[in-house]
Amino acid sequence: MKNDFRKMEDEMDRLATNMAVITDFSARISATLQDRHERITKLAGVHALLRKLQFLFELPSRLTKCVELGAYGQAVRYQGRARAVLQQYQHLPSFRAIQDDCQVITARLAQQLRQRFREGGSGAPEQAECVELLLALGEPAEELCEEFLARGRARLEEELRGLEAELGPSPPAPDVLEFTDRGGSGFVGGLCQVAAAYQELFAAQGPAGAEKLAAFARELGSRYFVLVERRLAQEQGGSDNSLLVRALDRFHRRLRAPGALLAAAGLAEAATEIVERVARERLGQHLQGLQSAFLGCLTDVRQALAAPRVAGKEGPGLAELLANVASSTLSHIKASLASVHLFTAKEVSFSNKPYFRGEFCSQGVRESLIVGFIRSMCQTAQNFCDSPGEKGGATPPALLLLLSRLCLDYETATISYILTLTDEQFLVQDQSPVTPVSTLCAEARETARRLLTHYVKVQGLVISQMLRKSVETRDWLSTLEPRNVRAVMKRVVEDTTAIDVQVGLLYEEGVRKAQSSDSSKRTFSVYSSSRQQGRYAPSYTPSAPMDTNLLSNIQKLFSERIDVFSPVEFNKVSVLTGIIKISLKTLLECVRLRTFGRFGLQQVQVDCHFLQLYLWRFVADEELVHLLLDEVVASAALRCPDPVPMEPSVVEVICERG
Amino acid sequence: MPAELEPGGHESPEDAASPAHALELLCHLGPAAHGSTACVAWEPAGDGKRVISLADNHILLWDLQESSSQAVLASSASLEGKGQLKFTTGRWSPHHNCTQVATANDTAVRGWDTRTMSQIYCIESAHGQLVRDLDFNPNKQYYLASCGDDCRVKFWDTRNVAEPVKTLEEHSHWVWGVRYNHSHDQLVLTGSSDSRVILSNMVSISSEPFGHLVDDADLSDQEDRRPEEKSQEPPQDSVIATYEEHEDSVYAVDWSSADPWLFASLSYDGRLVINRVPRALKYHILL
Repeated sequence: MKNDFRKMEDEMDRLATNMAVITDFSARISATLQDRHERITKLAGVHALLRKLQFLFELPSRLTKCVELGAYGQAVRYQGRARAVLQQYQHLPSFRAIQDDCQVITARLAQQLRQRFREGGSGAPEQAECVELLLALGEPAEELCEEFLARGRARLEEELRGLEAELGPSPPAPDVLEFTDRGGSGFVGGLCQVAAAYQELFAAQGPAGAEKLAAFARELGSRYFVLVERRLAQEQGGSDNSLLVRALDRFHRRLRAPGALLAAAGLAEAATEIVERVARERLGQHLQGLQSAFLGCLTDVRQALAAPRVAGKEGPGLAELLANVASSTLSHIKASLASVHLFTAKEVSFSNKPYFRGEFCSQGVRESLIVGFIRSMCQTAQNFCDSPGEKGGATPPALLLLLSRLCLDYETATISYILTLTDEQFLVQDQSPVTPVSTLCAEARETARRLLTHYVKVQGLVISQMLRKSVETRDWLSTLEPRNVRAVMKRVVEDTTAIDVQVGLLYEEGVRKAQSSDSSKRTFSVYSSSRQQGRYAPSYTPSAPMDTNLLSNIQKLFSERIDVFSPVEFNKVSVLTGIIKISLKTLLECVRLRTFGRFGLQQVQVDCHFLQLYLWRFVADEELVHLLLDEVVASAALRCPDPVPMEPSVVEVICERG
Repeated sequence: MPAELEPGGHESPEDAASPAHALELLCHLGPAAHGSTACVAWEPAGDGKRVISLADNHILLWDLQESSSQAVLASSASLEGKGQLKFTTGRWSPHHNCTQVATANDTAVRGWDTRTMSQIYCIESAHGQLVRDLDFNPNKQYYLASCGDDCRVKFWDTRNVAEPVKTLEEHSHWVWGVRYNHSHDQLVLTGSSDSRVILSNMVSISSEPFGHLVDDADLSDQEDRRPEEKSQEPPQDSVIATYEEHEDSVYAVDWSSADPWLFASLSYDGRLVINRVPRALKYHILL
């Protein structure tokens, strides 16, 4: 090992000396080559410089070639590289010249780029490229923004013009779905592209640029909306909502995309507003449609009532007409509800908006449409009551009866059914006040009551006129001994029977007081007692002839006063009672104004007995008829200077005969 | 009704107390060629020498001469038209120097000038059915009340006859009589064949719509009380009272000419009822 170490040491020494020698030699070489090295470096530097200069000198021609070839990108790159240098050395005349040339060429290049940009037929990506190059060339950015937007505007305006042309009168107008499709894809798509490209290109411009874009979008957007609204306004006539809803859906959906891009332009809100407006107008239209359908039903009913009866064929009965009116109104309401329901379907994009979830359902549909229609129905019905002049010539009484029954049915069943249906279909989600069912039912009942009262008045008036004429135009002083009942009385009974049948078609019977067994055989005991024994004779013994007035007064004390125009219940007996009360009271007042001869009095007696035979079965309380007719005969007797009543048996014979 | 007339005595309801005088026939009003007479009315002011009578479709103005023993026809007018027109009632207007007369035929009310016997105004279709009675407002010119068989009482301004100023529908059958109180024209009395007499307070169309206007100088020691009592808004029209003492139709109502707070009503069964205006209302109006 010692040897090894010694050898190694020797080796190491030799190595060291070699290294020293090498180092020495290398230093001598470097020193020798130092000079060359520097010169080569300089040469290399000069070479690079020369290359650059060559590039610069060749720049104009190169640029020209590039421009000719259309390799704009390359040209712009060259230009970019050289610009700083040229800028720095422009005080040198040669560089100056080059720079001028370059500038000229660059200007041409820019112009060509602009030209390409302006022609615009090459599509958006190429345009974006142009813009990028122009920006790189150092063109002022606002100008580019403006021009870019102007380009975009030109294209979009073309779209708008196309849409407007569709609105024009030239047929055939495409349907609204196609319109919104075209508008959506054409205009809105274009707008999106322009916006996206703008934002990419001019993102560096900051808020001013964004503001410009927003203004641009707002302006064009508003014009688009105007066109859309015009087109939608043309749709107002149709009653089918499905197409409209689909079109609105597409329209709204489309505008959600740019809405994200152009939050500042507020396009999405404007779109929602348009949809809301259209929905409101549709509701208004539906209401009008329902109202006109109802009026149409009524006109049909009037025509059916007024149509002459063909012999052998029964016209439609009142009950049938009522059923028709009720069912058609109900079906119209249901159809309207169904078509309006489309607005809130799940797949429609705007059904989630707060307006549609809340106000549309409660205020729009429930209040304006349904409640509004029911109220207008009641109002229309009430207008028949207030017709000018009490002659009642315009409205057939059967119509009054039918409407009152319709309102009554509505009050009992239909209103709650319709409102329940509405509430089910349109789940109300906001807290706005709604009309409760009870209010509407109360209104309907009130309308029914007024109509029925008016009917009673009108029919009562008809019969009263007959009776009044019959009393006023006859000469009672010189009339002959009565042989039969007067024709007018028979007519009265016939008319009352007809009214009874008519009312019976629609209303229930009602309650009557129990009838005594001999009701039809009752005679006028107060009068025919020839003033010497009254009905109350058994209760006190008259010592002197009783005054009939006193007797009748006492009698009146024990009977109820008759209220002629008392409120009418919703049943047949009450209606007939009202009519008969009115007629008999008229007869009474008219009789009190005439003077009767003996036979005149007897004729009145016969007539009243006849009436009593037939009218008792129509009224609730037959005592009423007896009382009134008694009064009539008693008043006639007071107006007679020579009262001699006919024998009751003769009266009965005549009545049975006639 | 017989065509002759006996304008000898004017019996007021208050004469019931004195022993009945025998009626003395003074004169006949002309030949009976005009048909049956519906109504006779004296001139309200003046010396009681002029009388109007309505017969069929004629208005006849009579001059009573030589202490009412002779009646001379001064002028007349008649109503032309189709059908049988017949006057039902008439009333002399106390205003305009007693030159106006209002008549009713069927459903129309017409006003006539007695100087020329021509029609001044005509209210067509004043009521739906027959017009039964008329009365003029004693304090307010141009105001007229009418009542009829459509159970309504309507108040008219004769300068504008297109529409009634007010309509009352308190009765349930034909209204036979309407009368204004002679001094306080907000009190209106109506009687109807539903056996009721209704006294109404028609303040809004009376001559004192706001009640008494009190001078501020009179409020010396009652200043604190008055302002609360007098409210600024006019009192409302209302029904003061309904009188149901009659058992049968009431055909005539009238106010006493002696005491402005008494009135009487007459019904078919011969019952004459005399009533007073409620005391509270009387003091309210007076004070």
